[in-house]
Amino acid sequence: MPTPFLMPALSPTMEEGTLSKWLVKEGDTVSSGDIIAEIETDKATMEVEAVDEGTIGKIVVQEGTENVKVNDTIAIILDDGENANDIDAASMSAATSAPEIPGNMPAAQPTMATKPSFVSVPDIEIPDGTQMVETVVRDALRDAMAEEMRRDEDVFVMGEEVAEYQGAYKVTRDLLQEFGEQRVVDTPITEYGFAGLGVGAGFAGLKPIVEFMTWNFAMQAIDHVINSAAKTRYMSGGQMGCQIVFRGPNAAASRVGAQHSQDYSAWYGNVPGLIVIAPYSAADCKGLLKAAIRNPNPVVFLEHELLYGDKGDVPDMDDFVLPIGKAKVVRDGSDVTISTHSRGVFFALAAAEILADEGISAEVVDLRTLRPLDAETVINSVKKTNRLVTVEEGWAPFGVGSEIGWQVTQHAFDYLDAPPMRVTQEDTPLPYAANLEALSLPNAEKVVAAVKSVMYL
Amino acid sequence: MASADATTKKTNLSATKEELLTYYRDMLLIRRFEEKAGQLYGMGHIGGFCHLYIGQEAVVVGMEAVKQEGDQVITGYRDHGHMLACGMDPKGVMAELTGRVGGLSKGKGGSMHMFSSEKKFYGGHGIVGAQIPLGAGLAFANKYKNNGKVSLTYFGDGASNQGQVFEAMNMAQLWKLPVIFVIENNHYAMGTSVKRAHSETHLYRRGASFGIPGSEVDGMDILAVREAGRAAIEHARTGKGPFVLEIKTYRYRGHSMSDPAKYRTREEVDQVREHSDPIKKCEAYILDGGHATVEDLKAIDKELKQIIKEAADFSLESPEPQLSELYTDIYA
Repeated sequence: MPTPFLMPALSPTMEEGTLSKWLVKEGDTVSSGDIIAEIETDKATMEVEAVDEGTIGKIVVQEGTENVKVNDTIAIILDDGENANDIDAASMSAATSAPEIPGNMPAAQPTMATKPSFVSVPDIEIPDGTQMVETVVRDALRDAMAEEMRRDEDVFVMGEEVAEYQGAYKVTRDLLQEFGEQRVVDTPITEYGFAGLGVGAGFAGLKPIVEFMTWNFAMQAIDHVINSAAKTRYMSGGQMGCQIVFRGPNAAASRVGAQHSQDYSAWYGNVPGLIVIAPYSAADCKGLLKAAIRNPNPVVFLEHELLYGDKGDVPDMDDFVLPIGKAKVVRDGSDVTISTHSRGVFFALAAAEILADEGISAEVVDLRTLRPLDAETVINSVKKTNRLVTVEEGWAPFGVGSEIGWQVTQHAFDYLDAPPMRVTQEDTPLPYAANLEALSLPNAEKVVAAVKSVMYL
Repeated sequence: MASADATTKKTNLSATKEELLTYYRDMLLIRRFEEKAGQLYGMGHIGGFCHLYIGQEAVVVGMEAVKQEGDQVITGYRDHGHMLACGMDPKGVMAELTGRVGGLSKGKGGSMHMFSSEKKFYGGHGIVGAQIPLGAGLAFANKYKNNGKVSLTYFGDGASNQGQVFEAMNMAQLWKLPVIFVIENNHYAMGTSVKRAHSETHLYRRGASFGIPGSEVDGMDILAVREAGRAAIEHARTGKGPFVLEIKTYRYRGHSMSDPAKYRTREEVDQVREHSDPIKKCEAYILDGGHATVEDLKAIDKELKQIIKEAADFSLESPEPQLSELYTDIYA
């Protein structure tokens, strides 16, 4: 049967074009790849190639014709043994009816998309009589990795100075001695490269823990964290994922200047496909890092250099694994809710002490996980206290506090007695001078002031 | 160790009848598939970006001929040929191009993003050069598991200028990872020719500063690709570390469907098509060797056209994904 040659779409947006020139005439034979016409689009003049072999039976649209619609028949190509008499009305009309382009037609669909809602899971039960061991945060993190590496041979650690040097912040201390250089891998200074290499190893079934000496350096690697790790499960229709933990210290340390002091909570918290954890206490650091290593998804684990030396009680249990996506009320109160995470918890708890002396009862919620976000715990708290202050070390615009504030106004608007307030880093790169640095960062006094503001005191 | 300046030695390239017919068929399948994809794009059935592999078929088919079961493949966005060469179903690939639920990624990936755990095909990556450390990571896993497998990491001449190429090469050689860096040099990074973008145009030397050997290969000759691929894979599989293959090839079509290709002349393209076409070359091996007749080859072509027609029909009949699929496959 004669084959219609249709006006092609030559770009994702083209709907019509000018057939500027025919390079063949009726009776010419063509084979696949031969240029047969030139077509002008809104962007360029393009050459059009034949796809099928045959003879030009009829030129339907003459050269110079403008506004030729995509998918209109512009010529008829005859197969071997056919001639012009075979071009009948049927083949013409069949050809000129434009195919339905699915993207342009909302097809009837039985199910509307619904976003799955977050279901909170309670913390694990700690059996009565469990001994609590005072542990510094860096060791709690180390213990989590060591335990998981003992449990699963596919877990390994890689990063700069993680092995021989024992970790730039000693978080990987003694891992090399126990697990050897195959599983504790010193990398060159090559963040983009080793982040990608880790993701590739994850595609192949290993469970890498990739340490960034600081999350500031992960800016070099963010493409692999987001484009390669977070999006692949979706892009593959669910058949390929990547069980990987990216971890390291986040946010400001102490007078290390603007390039080493950024808080990336909001950046990663923005990305579907990632799990983002930013714990405060030693116990949470251990229980959540163990959960992160076991989780089949890519996890961004944001630690804090200024917390590495902090002590806290960690339950001495065989398998202390905490649920991801569950906030924790770390101080009960009735007058105001302070929602925070990571080192912000320290400022919030300190502020709560000061406020208690003044007769104000503050409830402190440690978000612990930023994605999936347990907004429910904050909302329930605000329904009780009627006031909200958020605290974070990142910048205010588009930040974690902005998200929490929106969640609360959306779901507990009628409970609010005052507009929520945010305590954040000032909207500046972090300065080096001690006085300016202190001025830029959040602290307990700023939290106290924000609480008083929402209480109209 | 082979010198970084080594080029493919002219060996007596020969193959059996069965091998040649398999290569011919596999290359022609890719070509017919891509021609159909171009046609469906022109009809509006395929949206967005669509990068065709026509002209480069001997590269993946030649490498496929010498890879073993379990060896991995990863590439960039010009990936249809790699998937078909790996044995992925043309119907599933075509239906992914049309964005249908029957596609290999259920319609959620598109032309640039398909994967197959079964066939060890790891994508399908849209950020130029990203597949290179990812491919080194596949090789890292092979070494970690000591499974004897090799990662074939494909990228183009354009990607070979990305910084992460050098980051990945350094680690690959440092740790002696079993990875072949297959540079498909089709001479144009979108519209920029190699000589306008590379201070060193001999891309097989990309690994030279790391001590990675490399060779230059005629990518329009299936048997030359196979020969070079065999040596490179042998090098990697025996623990000697990575190898760079610069496979010189040519893309007949534009960079993507909306490329008017003004950076090269029509004569240049015609010259290659006429005198260096990899399928014609394979055809000559077959006919000159008396392995088959023109009619035999026409019969293969006819059979392939039928497979492609069925793939195209499937890609148009398969429904669009359910709207409920929007929120699936984000997390495990």
